[in-house]
Amino acid sequence: MRLCAVDLACHRGGRDVFAGLSFAVSSGEALAITGRNGAGKSSLLRTIIGLARIAHGSLTLEGGDPELTIPEQAHYLGHQDALKPSLSVGENLQFWANFLGAADAQIRVALAAVGLEDLTDLPAGYLSAGQRRRLSIARLLAVKRPLWLLDEPTSTLDANAQNRLTTLLEAHLSGGGLVLAATHGPIGLGSVRELRLEDAQPPTPVEMAAS
Amino acid sequence: MPLSDLANPSRFLTLANRAIPWLAGLTVILLGIGLYQSMLAPDDYQQGATVKIMFLHVPSAWLGMLGWGIMSLAALGTLVWRHPLADVAAKAAAPIGAAFTLLCLVTGSLWGRPEWGTYWVWDARLTSELILLLLYLAVIAVWRTVEDPSRAARAVAILTIVGAIDLPIIKFSVDWWNTLHQGSSVFRMSGSTIDRSILMPLFVMAIAFTFLFVTLQLAAMRNEILRRRVRTLRLMQASAVS
Amino acid sequence: MRPLAALLFRDMRIAVRVGGGALMGVLFFLVVVTLVPFAVGPDLPLLKRIGPAILWLAALLASLLALDRLFASDHEDGSLDLILMGRAPLELVVAVKGIAHWLTTGLPLIIAAPLTGLFLNIDPAAEAALTLTLLVGTPALTFIGLIGAAIAVTLRRGGLLLAVIVLPLTVPVLIFGVAAANAAITGPVPFGTPFTILCALTLMSVVVGPFAAAAALRQEME
Repeated sequence: MRLCAVDLACHRGGRDVFAGLSFAVSSGEALAITGRNGAGKSSLLRTIIGLARIAHGSLTLEGGDPELTIPEQAHYLGHQDALKPSLSVGENLQFWANFLGAADAQIRVALAAVGLEDLTDLPAGYLSAGQRRRLSIARLLAVKRPLWLLDEPTSTLDANAQNRLTTLLEAHLSGGGLVLAATHGPIGLGSVRELRLEDAQPPTPVEMAAS
Repeated sequence: MPLSDLANPSRFLTLANRAIPWLAGLTVILLGIGLYQSMLAPDDYQQGATVKIMFLHVPSAWLGMLGWGIMSLAALGTLVWRHPLADVAAKAAAPIGAAFTLLCLVTGSLWGRPEWGTYWVWDARLTSELILLLLYLAVIAVWRTVEDPSRAARAVAILTIVGAIDLPIIKFSVDWWNTLHQGSSVFRMSGSTIDRSILMPLFVMAIAFTFLFVTLQLAAMRNEILRRRVRTLRLMQASAVS
Repeated sequence: MRPLAALLFRDMRIAVRVGGGALMGVLFFLVVVTLVPFAVGPDLPLLKRIGPAILWLAALLASLLALDRLFASDHEDGSLDLILMGRAPLELVVAVKGIAHWLTTGLPLIIAAPLTGLFLNIDPAAEAALTLTLLVGTPALTFIGLIGAAIAVTLRRGGLLLAVIVLPLTVPVLIFGVAAANAAITGPVPFGTPFTILCALTLMSVVVGPFAAAAALRQEME
């Protein structure tokens, strides 16, 4: 499976956020998208999931399901957590599993993987910011989709949780998944290609500083 | 046991647990006596037996207003003295007072239908009593909408004190306006105009209803304290998981 | 079907647990109805004549209240992004949210309507007809409201814009709803004539509303 962007340009809020962007990510690969604030990292992710219009260029997912669009085969972990405070932890996750089409999602397994299984019946409103982030990550585990688009995934996570996330990312990659992560700092994945959005040059295999 | 112990939720729970069964028993006995006396009371020469709705209608009106009075005292407790159990008392009293007010409106409506030919008129007393019900429901709405109990308590306290203006309006509405509802006959400066055979059951029912109110109030306060403990435990549970 | 059922139950669960549940709409309905005699005077025959109109207006305003949060709450916590990434068609998603809104706002109003009819001195036969028109017409109010809610989704203080958009669109429903109720009371027009038009309006709104709202959502979210 390969996600290919050729000469991609995005137009948002009346201005060109980025233009002439080309990159490719294959199965088992992770791409870190870096750049200063406002360079268009979030916009790029939102373009891929169809929430921002492609002004120019093309975006294709080779080897994916031809019946489904790219967003329907992707997970998006944005800045917000998409959790309802009045529903319990389990109910929140079960809803997303049902809605995103997982036939028999492993809710308990997903919650255990992020360390929240003891809080299954707790209303989500009682969770801390880091716990809410972890619950969002559990969503990526409960519903299997090949493409993961993460926007600042390690924000609000403590060191423990960040290590856990790294393990989960590695598992996803070794299972043939793809990861695109917009980030300010390292996400602990070792050798990861980096796409710097200021210059829109082809991504160079730069070794990101190990955490 | 000093009065200040009532301020302590745990002590209050112990007291409530012991008191509620006795109060419940007394309530049942008094209601029994009151209803029995109401049955024996003479019929009205004009309305017949319908007049006996009065024995439910009038006490529930009094208790509806008493409920708001209790809430107002609790509101002062919250705002002025920051008494720990004040908001618990206020929250517990609201549905009970609302229920009595609703009972008053319904019994009054059923009673008025044969007399006035309609279930409802927009006269001063009925309207001000309906406003009281809407105020109760508004207070309950605030309790249920605001997440944090102590913030809700302060908002409700202010609303309660402002809404207390309705109580004298209800009481004096029959004097100030030309209404379909009958004038004051029980609590008058020049003494009651009602015969003793009717006054007695009325007072017994009123006292029975008061005991009912107190029993329900204590039980509701107990529930609210336990509910808050559950909330605290949940907060602790969330922060315990790393 | 499963994603849509999940969305329906989630929305209803939230509506019941948060903010006083369905009772808030009913309470508002009651308050508005109570205000009218203060404004027009306690003239019972007059209230009986304008009763259907009052109840319809109150139902319209009460429906409008809950529309504000319909899409906005999902937009604010990022759920709307994920919903747009789901495999269920957006038109159906929007329709399901409309159904959830009607079940938790419109239906309680219909149950409360006979009680408020008592306050306005409306007699039972008229009240039955009125309740029937509300039963058929309130879904139209919800589904037309979806359009306004979708257009106003990204705005902070979208509530007023929503009202300004939705209220004119609901005028036909209001006209025929009140006309049907009055026809049942006074005649000579038979109840069926305006009532069938009301049914038609509702059916149209059930189709047009979700499509227009989905299109608006897609525009707004870009």
